[in-house]
Amino acid sequence: MSDEADTSLPVPEGESEIIQTDYEVGQDNITPKVGPFNLDIHNPVFAFSGATVVLFTILTLVFGDSVAPLFESLRDWLTATLDWFFLSAANIFVILCLALIVSPLGRVRIGGTDATPDYSYISWFSMLFAAGMGIGLVFFGVSEPISHYDSAFGGIEIGEDGLRADWAPLGGAEGDTAAARSLGMAATIFHWGLHPWAIYAIVGLSLALFSYNKGLPLTMRSVFYPILGERVWGWQGNVIDTLAAFATLFGLATSLGFGAEQASAGLSFLFGIPPGNTFMVILIAAITAVAIISVMRGMDGGVKRLSEFNMILAGVLLLFIVLAGPTWAILSGFVSNLGAYARELIPLSNPFGRDDDNFRQGWTAFYWAWWISWSPFVGMFIARVSRGRTVREFLISVLLVPSIVSVFWMTAFGGTAINQIVMDGITAVADAPLELKLFVMLEDLPLTAITSFVGIVLVIVFFVTSSDSGSLVIDTITAGGKVDAPVSQRVFWCTFEGLVAVALLLGGGLAALQAMAVSTGFPFTIVLLFACYALVKGLLDEPR
Amino acid sequence: MFRKIMVPVDLAHLNNLAPALDEARRLAGWHGAELCYVAVTAPTPGPLAHTPAEFAAKLDAFAAEEGRKAGQPASAHMIVSHDPAVDLNRKLIAAISETGADLVVIGSHRPGWSDHLFSSHGGYVATHAPVSVTVIR
Repeated sequence: MSDEADTSLPVPEGESEIIQTDYEVGQDNITPKVGPFNLDIHNPVFAFSGATVVLFTILTLVFGDSVAPLFESLRDWLTATLDWFFLSAANIFVILCLALIVSPLGRVRIGGTDATPDYSYISWFSMLFAAGMGIGLVFFGVSEPISHYDSAFGGIEIGEDGLRADWAPLGGAEGDTAAARSLGMAATIFHWGLHPWAIYAIVGLSLALFSYNKGLPLTMRSVFYPILGERVWGWQGNVIDTLAAFATLFGLATSLGFGAEQASAGLSFLFGIPPGNTFMVILIAAITAVAIISVMRGMDGGVKRLSEFNMILAGVLLLFIVLAGPTWAILSGFVSNLGAYARELIPLSNPFGRDDDNFRQGWTAFYWAWWISWSPFVGMFIARVSRGRTVREFLISVLLVPSIVSVFWMTAFGGTAINQIVMDGITAVADAPLELKLFVMLEDLPLTAITSFVGIVLVIVFFVTSSDSGSLVIDTITAGGKVDAPVSQRVFWCTFEGLVAVALLLGGGLAALQAMAVSTGFPFTIVLLFACYALVKGLLDEPR
Repeated sequence: MFRKIMVPVDLAHLNNLAPALDEARRLAGWHGAELCYVAVTAPTPGPLAHTPAEFAAKLDAFAAEEGRKAGQPASAHMIVSHDPAVDLNRKLIAAISETGADLVVIGSHRPGWSDHLFSSHGGYVATHAPVSVTVIR
């Protein structure tokens, strides 16, 4: 009779519908020895992903500037042509999540009917958050509300081709401070609220269900078992997993690129270090080194601890902004922003018949594509830490909690910045480049040097936690669903994430990063739409 | 002298472990000790089992068979870890006190140059365990 120790994880007991298949996790893996390192990799998926990544990095570094315009036009073409597709898909995900929350399927428990949660609520939320939003919130926390406020305030401008040339959301709010503020905040919250988290929730839930409840390997292909059956172990599954690996890699590299830009801009701003590519490359190298250490320490020793540290630091900075900034405006703004979000949610999510092309394509469609390319990463990570939660608990926590925190964060940071312009007449924030806006906003508050430094540390640690958890995810996908592959593999992926970010930044700048994120996001959107169907089918088979 | 012998096992690579398993059974018979087989698994499906419950059943069966061959009582102790590749060493050390073992018999590979950088599991356990450890290559 085996005994379970108190310190180990609770064992899922109770019923779940294990799918009967002869497929053994890892049966398609090969275990070559490279020097002193033993590897355990899924043959087609790892070989293809690994080779492509290495090749891509080398080519982009070698051809440098000549590829930049290519990437820019690719990004613009994709977001202009496919905007309706991304918007519609994201809406479907939100509706499905809300439907599952209220349906009887919400009672299904991840891991079996008697499973208990692996992590406490606090640890769980910290990890969800650090994986899902981190760098973006710090980078865009000030810059996005200001951008939307500014463009909304500027109103509609018709260009020579009869189409709108402005970047205002919806119809703008020309000359109307209060309305522009409201619209600006609503548009911002729209991008960081229900929609992104619904995307992550769908992926996370699918992966968790098919792995913990149905006993299939923890990788994207398993979700398609209800649709493809045993063919999921063949080339169709290989394609799905390779798409997921690419999406993760490039989606992540985009965030790393933003993070590196902001960290280097901030450091230049604070310490007068001349900005430039050399400095950025050194910075990415240093951060990747820390990420490698974290990834070698593993989930509990590395990722979890850093995520918790970062949540505390972010909380401290947020509290400072609330107290030192326009406190009453922030607190009341939180409520009114929620109201604005609720009011504008449907118009903003409408995929058709809109004329705010620049906003819809350049911000919304791009974001959705980017979040979708992030979703295998965040989704798999969420899945790995969410055993024991019911579907309802999972969806409510993943959808609502980060959304509310994002609203509060955007209100505090963005609202303070807008306040500076409107109330104090300080327009420095509006004029500053995107990556510097946070620091310019902080300049107007006390203890600038400290808060700016905290901001930089925050970006860097979010960079590290995204990089290390992303490496774990890509490693699992390319090792056929095994979570215990040799550590050298995750070090390989961690290193290459840094290298891809460097290559894309040097080669084409942020536009290149964005183009790759959207390019990988598009096929993966199709994958996710099918996954929705498979998810519901899978849930229907589970005991409640 | 020893009353309980802990034997860390990797059910996926039992052929490499044969010398260690043989020695554990021999020592158990010699000392009249109880055997306890310890294995670490992830909560996600792996090559050996779809769920930890399935893994525990396999480990129990393995332990029972070893105990029968040794003619000594045998038990199994399963550890579930989020990140087995990284946590293995610490979990094995913790398992020593959890099982109440006073001797560990662990298999190990022949030392190579990489062992200067990263210690093997056998090496780590031998260095950090609070009880006697026998490393069988």
